[in-house]
Amino acid sequence: MEEAKNKVYVDVTAEFTPDGFLRPLCIVWEDGVRYEIDRVLHRERCASRKAGGAGIMYTCMVRGKHIRLFYEENYKWFVTRNTDEGC
Amino acid sequence: MDRAILHVDMNAYYASVEELHHPEFAGRPLAVGGDPEARHGIVLTANYPAKRLGVKTGMALWQARKACPTVIFVPPRMDLYLRFSRLARDIYREYTDLVEPFGIDESWLDVTQSLSCKGSALSIAEEIRARVRHELGLTVSIGVSFNKIFAKFGSDYKKPDAVTTITRENYKDIVWRAPAEDLLYVGRATIRKLHTLGIHTVGDIATAEPDLLLSQFGKMGLVLWSFANGTDASPVSPYEAESPIKSIGNSTTTPRDLTDENDVRLVLLLLSESVAARLRENHFVGRLVGIYVRDNELCSFTRQKKISIPTNISEEIADYATDLFRQNYAWERPIRSLGVRVGQLQPDAYCYQMDLFTDEVLREKQLKVDIAVDGLRNRFGHDCILRGRMYFDRYLSGLDAKAEDHMVHPHSYFEAGNRTGSEELLFHMKQEDDV
Repeated sequence: MEEAKNKVYVDVTAEFTPDGFLRPLCIVWEDGVRYEIDRVLHRERCASRKAGGAGIMYTCMVRGKHIRLFYEENYKWFVTRNTDEGC
Repeated sequence: MDRAILHVDMNAYYASVEELHHPEFAGRPLAVGGDPEARHGIVLTANYPAKRLGVKTGMALWQARKACPTVIFVPPRMDLYLRFSRLARDIYREYTDLVEPFGIDESWLDVTQSLSCKGSALSIAEEIRARVRHELGLTVSIGVSFNKIFAKFGSDYKKPDAVTTITRENYKDIVWRAPAEDLLYVGRATIRKLHTLGIHTVGDIATAEPDLLLSQFGKMGLVLWSFANGTDASPVSPYEAESPIKSIGNSTTTPRDLTDENDVRLVLLLLSESVAARLRENHFVGRLVGIYVRDNELCSFTRQKKISIPTNISEEIADYATDLFRQNYAWERPIRSLGVRVGQLQPDAYCYQMDLFTDEVLREKQLKVDIAVDGLRNRFGHDCILRGRMYFDRYLSGLDAKAEDHMVHPHSYFEAGNRTGSEELLFHMKQEDDV
């Protein structure tokens, strides 16, 4: 079965804060480039109809751009390929 | 005060989860169907576009393809469906601890105690609907009512992505006008009998004489009467309430249709071995053996019988199951699924009445053999030791009898006992008779 084209599983470095929150710090895109996450703006449970999946959505600031990073229940992280459009 | 009960039904569940994970198929007819290679080749769920084109649950894949040539088949991913089912229940649990699952995709919620802080039942229902849609990307239909039966009716009334309220004021307009088969537990056999009595709608059941229903259907007649009148008092069970194990069973869809008694015996043996092993593992013996049979047109039935000496011996269970099968199946059609269940459990250390005609020495030997086989299989895997019969058809006997598909079967409404209030009704009727 063909995987959804807009769903990109990525390597993520994350940390647990002392109060138990999981906070992503940087992601490695499929071309190997490493992107630091400057800020996590928002965190909520959300489905992504575009990428195809659901989980905890982190709206992050990366190099001046908003990206949506999803943490799925299967412990994988994914990003929607074109992140400018809605989730 | 009336209870506030919601019934949440996840629409076209398996298909909706697959649609979410395959955005490239958005808006196209899609059906979740078993692997055609392993010949579990039936449609488990179709999405709405596919349903509109005539694809129905239970169709063989080739029939579905004939009805709708553009339909896309995806193999089922049970782990994914169980995960999303759990996520949905996590949402429900934020509103009440009284969440009672009914199968994988339905739940009852009693939100009576949440009304003071969350507003009306309708607003809770709307909030849950919106949250499941936003957070899980799935649609649900919700029925809101003052008892479980009408709530369930409401969730079926309008779908997908809708909320229906059934109140004491409108139930006669909505529920009573519906055909009788829309009521829970009115199946094919019951509806035939109801029709001969001139009962066609839910309202007809509600206004029928309870005595008549009792004489025709036994206690179940009174249950239906209370369902139809909205007097069903069954409570919503607390989430994950430890229900004591009442029975142990296994069922399977076979890799090919079963066409004769040898096939059936082989599969019943496999299932009985698995059931008996689980009985021994949990230190139970049972006094009731039941079978489940489904033919290749998906007509199914269950039969059970009490046995005099409680058992956890594979061979014995298989023999009882085979007897039951022989007495109840006339081979109108080949068989697609079989199940074996042992109920009325008691601890295996409990004493029991022997009888003169049963060879207890043999039983003891059989049990020892079973225990030895359990030990071998635990160490070296299931296939390390098999009955000779299994080698007549390794394709058929290779099926995984341990498959946990029993956990997805819909539960019985009466799993926690009959709590509908019909027993009280019967009691009062008897009292009136005595007077």
